[in-house]
Amino acid sequence: MDLVDTVVATPRPRPMSEARSLANAAYRARSSVLEMSARGGCFVGSALSCVDLLVELYFRQLRVDPIDPHWDARDIFLLSKGHAVPALYAVLAERGFLRRERLMTHLEVEGSVYWHPNRDIPGVEFHSGSLGHCLPVGLGIALERARSRDTDRRQSQVFVMLGDGELNEGSVWESLLVAPQLLSNGLTVIVDRNRIQANERTEMLVPLEPLRSKLEAFGWRVVETNGHDFPALERAFELCGERPSVLLAETNRGCGVESLQNRVGGWFVHASPTELELYQRELLASHRAAWGEQE
Amino acid sequence: MSYETTLEELMHEHPELMLLTAENRAAIRSLATRAGERFIDVGICEQTLVGVAAGLALSGRVPMVHALAPFLTMRAFEFIRTDVGIPNLPVKLVGFIPGILSDGNGPTHQAIEDVALMRNIPGMRVLCPADEDELCACLPAMIQDRGPAYLRYNQLPARVRHKGDWELGKAEVLQSGRDVCLLSYGALFAQALEATERLDQLGYSVGLVNLRSLAPVDEAALLEAFESKLVVTLEDHFVRGALRSLVCELAVERGANIELLPIGLQSWFRAGHFQAALEHAALDADSIVERIVGRLEEGR
Repeated sequence: MDLVDTVVATPRPRPMSEARSLANAAYRARSSVLEMSARGGCFVGSALSCVDLLVELYFRQLRVDPIDPHWDARDIFLLSKGHAVPALYAVLAERGFLRRERLMTHLEVEGSVYWHPNRDIPGVEFHSGSLGHCLPVGLGIALERARSRDTDRRQSQVFVMLGDGELNEGSVWESLLVAPQLLSNGLTVIVDRNRIQANERTEMLVPLEPLRSKLEAFGWRVVETNGHDFPALERAFELCGERPSVLLAETNRGCGVESLQNRVGGWFVHASPTELELYQRELLASHRAAWGEQE
Repeated sequence: MSYETTLEELMHEHPELMLLTAENRAAIRSLATRAGERFIDVGICEQTLVGVAAGLALSGRVPMVHALAPFLTMRAFEFIRTDVGIPNLPVKLVGFIPGILSDGNGPTHQAIEDVALMRNIPGMRVLCPADEDELCACLPAMIQDRGPAYLRYNQLPARVRHKGDWELGKAEVLQSGRDVCLLSYGALFAQALEATERLDQLGYSVGLVNLRSLAPVDEAALLEAFESKLVVTLEDHFVRGALRSLVCELAVERGANIELLPIGLQSWFRAGHFQAALEHAALDADSIVERIVGRLEEGR
């Protein structure tokens, strides 16, 4: 049987919806995060919380090119909540910045895949780990771009993702106060609002609410959204960028894995082989519950 | 030439230079008004200031960052270490009123541990000009070097015509001496110079070295100074962490058997008019001469 016969004989599959294709990428990225957690452990809760946000950014929002990661007019993304790095690397791998096999070198001393982002990994713009650093740095990058003579570069956007626990840091509020005075657009802050920090629910430790009105009082456009819903995320990002904006993304820590989701205890997870199997099974079940079997 | 006019010329030559401050414009007041888009004042927030500088440097600019030395080096220390030091970015930190120059401000404003902090960041250059002439002379060297740098801003009037070009890691050896060698940097250079003149008059053979930069430091000049019977480190800094420590480290590493008289600060100094503060801290020329002569005579 030759190729022509095959094409004629097989009915063309229906094209996958964009949302489904994004959800599939998110599923694979979450699965990679779990694999990393079995290799020495990582901050799984924080990572699973922002996978969908990262997929939305890297597949639909950011002007980036995995073939040319240093493209001059690219958009910039900074992950300030550095512990979520397995999610970033997994999504970068899905997007073609690095090979998925590299994720499996987790915590190997020569491999550069450790518990915080670093620039040895293609696609990573700046290291993080110490909280409260990437908003000031992102502001500096945005200020340079606003002053660029190159139109494309001037129009590029800077996105900084903060954890909600990270909003305890004073330097974040310094920069939140300063940025709208120095910039008219080009900077979007994404808050991964999963409402749980290292050991405690955010509202039990240092309550952040009413967060929206605090941010608005500082001069930011605030857009609230479900951080796991791709159509909602697309609409939310459309509302950002015209002026300094904060996307408040309501998320679920540990999202996608029933045993870990929305649990205060799910911060650092070193999965045993049995646990890994359980978590992967739960992840697949929740993906199928949302999207059905692959057609 | 003043700091501002020198910097302005350099900004013409180097379009990548940016002028930043956390509302501390004393050193750049008139330049700020002419720098247009290349001037950014973030307000009184040193952490954001350094983070913004790192972002600019990451994007190809070379920010000249101005703030009071204690707040720049200490309040924002972790931002310097983490955002500038780790990626080795060309951020040039200019600390205003370092050391004894904070005169009347009191201990909150005394940066007398700044050199210790900065020199322990790998790759960080630490520049300590002796006066306004050197302040201007060191700027091209600081900007041409593509690593991070900390400049101890000092615009005291020059008391001598300095020798040679200002080079990073190259000390100015003003004279050599068998009996004693004074090692100094920054604002106390004038006192070191005066003390040297007096010791000369008293008939001692006196060496005088202006270190110019403490990171990198001119080890050859220090080793030469170790030939003197007495080595004196003179600094407006805690005696732990800066020049005295550098000298001790080098002497031990090289097995040099030196006699050392460290003159510096054990704790925060009393605030007051510059000269009064200097005298109270026993960092004026009279006190320095007295201590050196005392030590030299002890050994006879």
